[in-house]
Amino acid sequence: MFYREAGQFKSTYVGDHELFPIKQDRRGILFILFLSFVVVPLIANDYWLQAILIPFLILSLSALGLNFLTGYAGQLSLGTGGFMAVGAYACYKLVTSFPEVNVIIIIFTSGLFAAGVGIIFGLPSLRIKGFYLAVATLAAQFFFEWLFGRVGWFYNYNDSGAIEVPVRNFFNIIVTGPTATTQARYMVVLCIVSILALVAVNIVRGRIGRAWMAIRDMDIAAELIGIQPLPTKLMAFAISSYYAGVAGALFVFTYLGSAEVEVFDINMSFEILFMVIIGGLGSISGAFLGAAFIVLIPILITNLPLILGIPINAATVEHFNFMILGALIVIFLIFEPHGLARIWAIVREKLRVWPFPY
Amino acid sequence: MNEASNSEENQQIPPTGDFLLEVDQISLSFGGVKALQDVSFGVEKQQIMAIIGPNGAGKTSMLNVINGFYHPQQGQIHFKGLHRKQMRPHEAAVQGIARTFQNVALFKGMSTLNNIMAGRNLKMKRNLFWQALYYGPARDEEMEHRLRAEEIIDFLEIQAIRKTSVGRLPYGLQKRVELGRALAMEPELLLLDEPMAGMNLEEKQDMSRFILDINEQYGTTIVLIEHDMGVVMDLSERLIVLDYGRKIAEGTPDEIRGNQKVIDAYLGVTQTN
Amino acid sequence: MEILTAIFIQPFIDMVDDPVLFLQVIWEGFVTGILYSLIAFGFVLIFKASGVFNFAQGIMVVFAALTLVGLHENGIPAFVALPITILVMYGLAFSVEKLVLRSLVNQPDIILFMATIGLTFFLIGLGEFIFGGEPKMMISEELLLPYDSITFFDDMLILQEIDIAASVIAAMALVSLALFLGKTKIGIALRAVADDHQAALSVGVSLNTIWVVVWFISGIIALITGIMWGAKSDVSFALSIIALKALPVLILGGFTSVPGAIVGGLIIGIGEKIGEFYWGHLVGGSIESWLAYMIALVFLLFRPQGLFGEKIIERI
Repeated sequence: MFYREAGQFKSTYVGDHELFPIKQDRRGILFILFLSFVVVPLIANDYWLQAILIPFLILSLSALGLNFLTGYAGQLSLGTGGFMAVGAYACYKLVTSFPEVNVIIIIFTSGLFAAGVGIIFGLPSLRIKGFYLAVATLAAQFFFEWLFGRVGWFYNYNDSGAIEVPVRNFFNIIVTGPTATTQARYMVVLCIVSILALVAVNIVRGRIGRAWMAIRDMDIAAELIGIQPLPTKLMAFAISSYYAGVAGALFVFTYLGSAEVEVFDINMSFEILFMVIIGGLGSISGAFLGAAFIVLIPILITNLPLILGIPINAATVEHFNFMILGALIVIFLIFEPHGLARIWAIVREKLRVWPFPY
Repeated sequence: MNEASNSEENQQIPPTGDFLLEVDQISLSFGGVKALQDVSFGVEKQQIMAIIGPNGAGKTSMLNVINGFYHPQQGQIHFKGLHRKQMRPHEAAVQGIARTFQNVALFKGMSTLNNIMAGRNLKMKRNLFWQALYYGPARDEEMEHRLRAEEIIDFLEIQAIRKTSVGRLPYGLQKRVELGRALAMEPELLLLDEPMAGMNLEEKQDMSRFILDINEQYGTTIVLIEHDMGVVMDLSERLIVLDYGRKIAEGTPDEIRGNQKVIDAYLGVTQTN
Repeated sequence: MEILTAIFIQPFIDMVDDPVLFLQVIWEGFVTGILYSLIAFGFVLIFKASGVFNFAQGIMVVFAALTLVGLHENGIPAFVALPITILVMYGLAFSVEKLVLRSLVNQPDIILFMATIGLTFFLIGLGEFIFGGEPKMMISEELLLPYDSITFFDDMLILQEIDIAASVIAAMALVSLALFLGKTKIGIALRAVADDHQAALSVGVSLNTIWVVVWFISGIIALITGIMWGAKSDVSFALSIIALKALPVLILGGFTSVPGAIVGGLIIGIGEKIGEFYWGHLVGGSIESWLAYMIALVFLLFRPQGLFGEKIIERI
């Protein structure tokens, strides 16, 4: 009875097409935004911010990107890690080459490099489909892993081979580098992710999102009603890689602080793919749900036995992490291929009529 | 009667300005299989023409050629005065050719409304920047086309299912949604591949009504493939009969009904009016 | 100008200058290639039989090797451990099919593929849990595998006997399996099942028999592959990443062709080694990590169905 939509009618198409047509949803989202922007920075401790919230937001961004490509447009990609690396290293080179330029602008710009690369590796998608395309993206993954590890120019010929994030500020607040506070970094990530998430929902409810879904569902029919496959697919690769690039830049600059290219290896690609699958293919909220799930599982596995008093070592935690993750992927795909997002939608459906059964 | 239809089918149809679509000596083969051999005919503006014939005669292949999906080895197509040997499906769509499919080719992951809106995509131009922003020109464009989509939804009487995922709809409704998607493209030429297949009498009546309304209200030229002879004879002004990839007859419904070749190949002896 | 010479001319001069070295490189590539073919064959078999690209084949190979070594560590003699391992692999394949693949029967390919990726992760975790994460040594001696080397040309060309053994065994396995699939009754029945389950059923092929055969063979192949790879380098979970290399092989050779897997494997194996050795130093080395994928990518642009695959004609 709390979730009734009785009486909430839309009399315009504009109203019908709104993001959150139901009043309760609007309130819910505003509440979450309030929590995120106001409450959390005030009360959350460093551990929560650094270990959970910041990586959750950044990986959600990457999952959003992959969702465009694999969930909406139906093009399987195993190269997300590689594209994130492109964004990260582009950001590094730009920041170190142009120290006067605002770091936030550079972060947004580095996504463009990833987008460019994404378009190049997306070109084969005209002729290649399905698994074959996945292999093309693997080429991107392994190539960039090699490139940023071997070609010294990318890491400024650092002895260690790693890239270190220099101190940069944004209007007098230090946001990157060793002296930046977790709160500052959190706010930067939150703002960037919020903006890009808004853009994401706008894109998918318009003609671009529809074109992607058409290509995914039946690309031959899509072509016959006038949707051109190549530009549509390239757009998906470009936007998806842009998001991955920005996420990669944020990953190094506002989360890790320093990194070697190995953080963007194939495991990262799989991790993001799992987020998209578990969260729900073709769903914006799914990206966030999936990311939250995958970020929290290892923490749960580490802490639950401690709470229950069972001793467990780090290696076993990782083993169980893999096992549970893998098992969950399979279980989700069998029982709810539309992921957590669908489960959430079903819960909401039940809530609509609660306390009645139907 | 037989002589009249014989002389008609042997005539080479000269390209004239009256035909919206002209198909000229089209031959199509896949490897060794000859799907179409030397087929020629013309469709006048706002005409309803039916292509009939036994299974495997090449009817769907003919539509695929007109669409640009298959490229014929020989022959030409004249559409709206322009002629071309082959065309990409996208160009055909832009030029105003829309179609429905034998096995419903809807986008199963989308709702009815979105499927029909997908048909409008062709006409939506706002670029990425505006799409990302949504408020402003992109939203205006979306609403403008939403209005047109809703007109089609009203016309086809599918308001109740507009938000339903099409994968869940019964077959008859799916076919209607597919028709809606084709209409959304505002086509000059509408190709319908067995629009009545699998429908009961009532659904067929509805569909026939829609087809006639489309023809009258929107002035759309229609070419349809259909096996139900009652529907074909009622709806169409002109018929083409294909058999084994060749055109064996062309004419009005009455002419075809009496044509011996057609009876032998396809219609059979017992013909009730 | 110098760069052009370095790329297009010098490497070939190097090859001709020292032909024995060139032969050595080709030999190394050949051996690796044969092993790639073996891994690829595992994928081809499952794909032919079920239409599913089972990503988890890679981890199966590791599992087989680990099981063998594990059994031996616990006192079981090598040649007894072999059949036991095969049975274990059979059981594993059986469970995978029953629990995972069977439940996903009507889902689109992309879903199935991702499920097998999930499965791989699960098995990696399970394997590490059971066997521990450190690399192990393959029990080559106990399996009577040779470990000397033969030399030619005054010690300039060194062929490890284990490599020769690996190549011979792998080649024999591949050829016999190709014959099996092509000529025997069961082999043909397998191909029928791959094409169309319903049709195969309707002509009297027993699906269960076929499945048993498939799991058995895939178990044997996984074991042979695991032994051979493990003998060359240690048995560790890094091998499952090597399994990813099977993908370029399958692209070149087609997902459904055994001769394709052989040819594809050899091309990738030799191509990689030659590329790395003669061109790799120009760009910093270690290009083997991506060269195979690039080769496959370029290839796909010209022949989307691979060398031996069937051209897909789309109909609406």
